[in-house]
Amino acid sequence: MESFLATYASVFQFMLLNGLLALSVYATLCCGQLSLANAGFMCIGAFASAVLTQRASAPFPLALAAGALVPALLAVPLGFPVLRLRGVFLAIATIGFGEMVRVFFVNWDYTNGALGLVAIPQHTTTLLLVASVAAVTFFFARLRGSRIGYALEALREDEPAASTLGIDPARYKLAMFVLGAAIAGLAGALEAHLTFMVAPSGYGFGRAVDMLVWAVVGGISRVGGPLLGAFFLTALPEALRAAGHAVGLAPGPLRMGVNGLILLAVVLFLPNGLVAAPAAVRALLRRRKART
Amino acid sequence: MGQQLLNGIFLGSIYALFAVGYTLVFGVLDILNLAHQAVFMVGAFLALTLVATAGLPFWAAMGAAMLATALLGIVLERVAFRPLRGRADSNFSGLISSLAAASVLEAVALQLWGPDVSRFPLGTFPDRVLRVGPAVVSLLQLTIVALSVCLMLALTLTLQRTRLGRQIRAVAESPRAAQVLGVPVNRVIALSFALSSALGGAAGVLFGLAFNSISPDVGRTVELKGLAVIILGGMGSVPGAVLAAYLLGLLEVFTTAELGSSYRDAVAFAVLFGVLVFRPRGLLGGAAVRTS
Repeated sequence: MESFLATYASVFQFMLLNGLLALSVYATLCCGQLSLANAGFMCIGAFASAVLTQRASAPFPLALAAGALVPALLAVPLGFPVLRLRGVFLAIATIGFGEMVRVFFVNWDYTNGALGLVAIPQHTTTLLLVASVAAVTFFFARLRGSRIGYALEALREDEPAASTLGIDPARYKLAMFVLGAAIAGLAGALEAHLTFMVAPSGYGFGRAVDMLVWAVVGGISRVGGPLLGAFFLTALPEALRAAGHAVGLAPGPLRMGVNGLILLAVVLFLPNGLVAAPAAVRALLRRRKART
Repeated sequence: MGQQLLNGIFLGSIYALFAVGYTLVFGVLDILNLAHQAVFMVGAFLALTLVATAGLPFWAAMGAAMLATALLGIVLERVAFRPLRGRADSNFSGLISSLAAASVLEAVALQLWGPDVSRFPLGTFPDRVLRVGPAVVSLLQLTIVALSVCLMLALTLTLQRTRLGRQIRAVAESPRAAQVLGVPVNRVIALSFALSSALGGAAGVLFGLAFNSISPDVGRTVELKGLAVIILGGMGSVPGAVLAAYLLGLLEVFTTAELGSSYRDAVAFAVLFGVLVFRPRGLLGGAAVRTS
């Protein structure tokens, strides 16, 4: 038991961290916005908190708060022009933003450019991660049943119709965009103080896509969906390691291939994600019964 | 100055060949095919394998690679896009689906060819250099530009002068109307994918030859540049993509010359962002919303 915990403690920590990131994407997805900007926000939050801890010797809670607030503040002016765009154009604009953030940090000497910051004290504990995930999940769970939650769902289903009901799309979308940025920034700050280092290369397009994949595979019809997706897809490579050896495939390609196949299967057969699997199975059985 | 101009045209030709396939599929299906960069990569590897192990001359290898990637495009369409066609959220799910397909292809490439950078063997292409006034250009660069231009002309002629081209344009305008008029929509879409992927594969081969560096993640940077190109040119517009590609190529080369290479990537994303905020339909794009 001891050795199991010792070996897999960091996997557990990353499952929690990725769960937080998936929830940050959920914030924008639940009102129908496909935003891939959260890797960029995570990068900003990570650097903001790391700089405070390292250069200003700030206490950890302050660094965490900065990690969440700085991206949130930046998300406001960014949101205005970007949230006017629809669908795939919004996705592309946010991809562009993420890349610009990365290139900015690569070229900024204050943070050592491409090398980033290292030797950041390891303040993040598993307990803190659990608490953060729990707090954000609780917040979203409460949001769902509230009037605001229904407004968001209406926006996701049909934005023009929702606006005729008096729901102001711009305000809600901006609020969720900023919220997503804050959560991503917090996750970035937590990760920086977990892995000792922050480097711009870790927050590129691939990271943004990963977060989106976790949320989509898990499903956004329930708050637990993104968490399920993140936990499952973070733990899967560990489980696959032994299987890969047996079949003779290298772990890197195997993980990527399996992730891709799972994603494809979910999009094709389980469009509402893993969390809606019981409902999908029930619907399938009902149809089978109706046909006989 | 003249040298930079030639370099810009050279870079632009490769971007153009890649972007043209990208924008073709978007025009026809309204889906951003993020697997295009994986097809690009596979084309490069296939040509490399044919030249290095089967000893084929460069022309034959490129032709064979284009044929193979065309077939790959048809398979991709059948597996990852056709099942999603009727769905309401088809552009979002199509995006995710193409992402999944790209992951699977990259995993296969990683397994078959390993993560290291591969190169075309020496002597694949004659190593001659010509002088154009004060500037210097290699035979390779001239050939690549010439090949790109020929392929793009071939595509334009196909789209404008042949029956298939008319059918493709009809489906791009409105699949339902085209179907009513007797156009075999499924076959036309499959053929558009074949054309797009063949061009993507060709772009990959030429890229691999031009920069002498092929690896499973070679598609990633080009993908994002390609995105900037098709947004700048106008989604769905082939001439727009060509124009935008050359503009971007020249812009990048001049930025590198004036500001240094670390800002080169930022230019593409700044352009992308600027276009989306100020003129989302790009230089030559049509109306933003397509009727079904």
